[in-house]
Amino acid sequence: MNRRTNALDLHVPAPHARPGDKPDFAGWTFPEPGDTPRPEIDASAGDLRDYAYGLIRVLDLDGNASGAWAPSIAAETLRRGLKYMLLTRAFDDRMYRAQRQGKTSFYMQSFGEEAVSIAQALALNVDDMCFPSYRQQGILIARDYPLVTMMNQIYSNAHDPVKGRQLPVMYSSKKDGFFTISGNLATQVPQAVGWAMASAYSGDMRIASAWLGEGSTAEGDFHAAMTFASVYKAPVIINIVNNQWAISSFQGIAGGENTTFAARGVGYGVPPLRVDGNDFLAVYAVTQWAAARARANLGPTLIEHFTYRAGAHSTSDDPSRYRPADEGRAWPLGDPIGRLHDHLVAMGEWSEVQHKQAQEEALETVRAAGREAEKVGVLSVDSAHPPASIFEDVYKEMPWHLQRQRDEAVGG
Amino acid sequence: MPSMTMIQALNSALDVMMERDQSVLTFGEDVGYFGGVFRVTEHLQKKYGAKRCFDAPINECGIAATAIGMAVYGLRPVIEIQFADYMYPAYDQLVSEAARIRYRSANDFTVPMTVRMPYGGGIRGGQTHSQSPEALFTHVAGLKTVIPSTPYDAKGLLISAIEDDDPVIFLEPKRIYNGPFDGWPDRQVAPWAKHPASETPAGYYKIALGKANIVREGSAVTVLAYGTMVHVALSAVQESGIDAEVIDLRTLLPVDIDTIVASVSKTGRCVIVHEATRTSGYGAELSALVQEHCFYQLEAPIQRVTGYDTPYPHAQEWDYFPTPPRIMKAMRRVMEA
Repeated sequence: MNRRTNALDLHVPAPHARPGDKPDFAGWTFPEPGDTPRPEIDASAGDLRDYAYGLIRVLDLDGNASGAWAPSIAAETLRRGLKYMLLTRAFDDRMYRAQRQGKTSFYMQSFGEEAVSIAQALALNVDDMCFPSYRQQGILIARDYPLVTMMNQIYSNAHDPVKGRQLPVMYSSKKDGFFTISGNLATQVPQAVGWAMASAYSGDMRIASAWLGEGSTAEGDFHAAMTFASVYKAPVIINIVNNQWAISSFQGIAGGENTTFAARGVGYGVPPLRVDGNDFLAVYAVTQWAAARARANLGPTLIEHFTYRAGAHSTSDDPSRYRPADEGRAWPLGDPIGRLHDHLVAMGEWSEVQHKQAQEEALETVRAAGREAEKVGVLSVDSAHPPASIFEDVYKEMPWHLQRQRDEAVGG
Repeated sequence: MPSMTMIQALNSALDVMMERDQSVLTFGEDVGYFGGVFRVTEHLQKKYGAKRCFDAPINECGIAATAIGMAVYGLRPVIEIQFADYMYPAYDQLVSEAARIRYRSANDFTVPMTVRMPYGGGIRGGQTHSQSPEALFTHVAGLKTVIPSTPYDAKGLLISAIEDDDPVIFLEPKRIYNGPFDGWPDRQVAPWAKHPASETPAGYYKIALGKANIVREGSAVTVLAYGTMVHVALSAVQESGIDAEVIDLRTLLPVDIDTIVASVSKTGRCVIVHEATRTSGYGAELSALVQEHCFYQLEAPIQRVTGYDTPYPHAQEWDYFPTPPRIMKAMRRVMEA
């Protein structure tokens, strides 16, 4: 095609490295740990705009904590956080393999981004309401939800609490403050805002927290959520998990080439905190800040968790086809488990022996849960749920047309 | 009993429910201080405060989604989509979310919300203020769809919708908000005050969802209609002198199959009337149901009188709108067969 001089040209963003290339994070600069000041919770959103372009870091890469954001947090809480992350990783590993063994149709790991869910879950109150996306199994695990029940859901077996109706990992548990996962992206974010508005309307003390990926911030629902959260000062935390990859699309396809995702908050007048998502202490600290702000009727906070999706998007994905295989290992902000481990060791609150023991305990807990769940059953052609169950819970009371379809289906 | 317009009856339903139940609140575009562009929420903000009746940003997705979140929390939000034509940005939230949350969570979470939307033509509103999207909701498992045709029904049905524990799409035929327009654009519309169904109790009452109303008994042909078309069909019946039975469905889903089957079994003939476009419209479902249940009683092919399969035109509105002469023609066709 002949192009005229000075003709217009279409820009399509592309990542720095593709398969076969060396991982390239050169040119990425971050503030030093401890360098970012911690504002008062009643600071105006306008005064916080710089936070959208920085990165709140507490831990350095040797495990030392510093600065105003370093939370006062008991060593016991940190050990719990580490154990939950180890448990989540062991759980993910087993369920990933279970899918490969044909025991279920699908699985999604949170490998590499465990701190985002677990540090936040521990910083929230246990009755705060979470509206997760599909990669926040860490919340359930940190709330001591039974692993075997998660597996029952993944296997759609007879004890699956959602009766075989949902894809694996689409958990739901009202009593644990864990909203039913949709699978459609970002829809839960404005719902979380509505829940938070209802909590404020009712004079409740509970706040809401929602999670979505950086790719999903392109959805209109995210912008609806930001508008409503800002307008009504909803007591909600909106978490963008920027793990760099939306299936095969790098974060530039969602707008990350031109600005940060936290900066989306600037235009809405919502405090935009950008945090090292692999730094357990930093995630914990920004969550505490945002939760305190929400509880003080000061409104929402947008948090961008800067992290890396170390695993595949799902069991249906093969990341070696679109990014360098060793990109995750080259991630400049390390691994959340390793970094919290180093911190606890540096504090004298953890040892290699304890770590090895904790890893083995996690494996054994997962193994035991696996045996129990598989005894109940795994996904197979013959569903554990009777065909008539398809027709239940569409409505509170089954209308005539569903009764007739059920009777046809079961030969009534 | 006071005589009310449909606007006043809907306002009264909201008033009664907000009085009775702190968990009922309402919001939407221009709904708060101004009371809505059609005045359905008038005085409610003054009476119940801005936290229970308020203005929303112009974002139907956000209006629907926040209402879902409130309903999940345990409130009973009633939202107004200013025109049904504006509901498409909310459609994903209604179809993929509100409709399925009970099912996908196996009863763990539920969505007792009501979505009010003025719909339908005859107001010179052009393509963006005249649509009838009911079939886009009746096609969705998990939603209920309701359309009243009188002030009395509007109030009783809206109260039932608000009390229902599942999401209800409540479509309001805006052409008959202020009077029972019967399809003759060049004739004066009588005020609701002259219509017996404008007699509306001031207090609480309900009309059960899923129950049709036989508005005119007859033996020659069954006419199935809802919303504005009930009045248009009655006018057509009167002009034609045909002894038709006119059924106002009131609830489209779940539909009152027993009333439909009993009537068509009696008359052996059926005409279906709606404003919406024909292909895959709600009339197609009605036609299939009548065929499945009444095939051996039918004396003639079922006829549909509907909007044409085009966008809703502005200047040619009265060529598009299903007026009484078109219904009369369809009734004669089934009578002659």
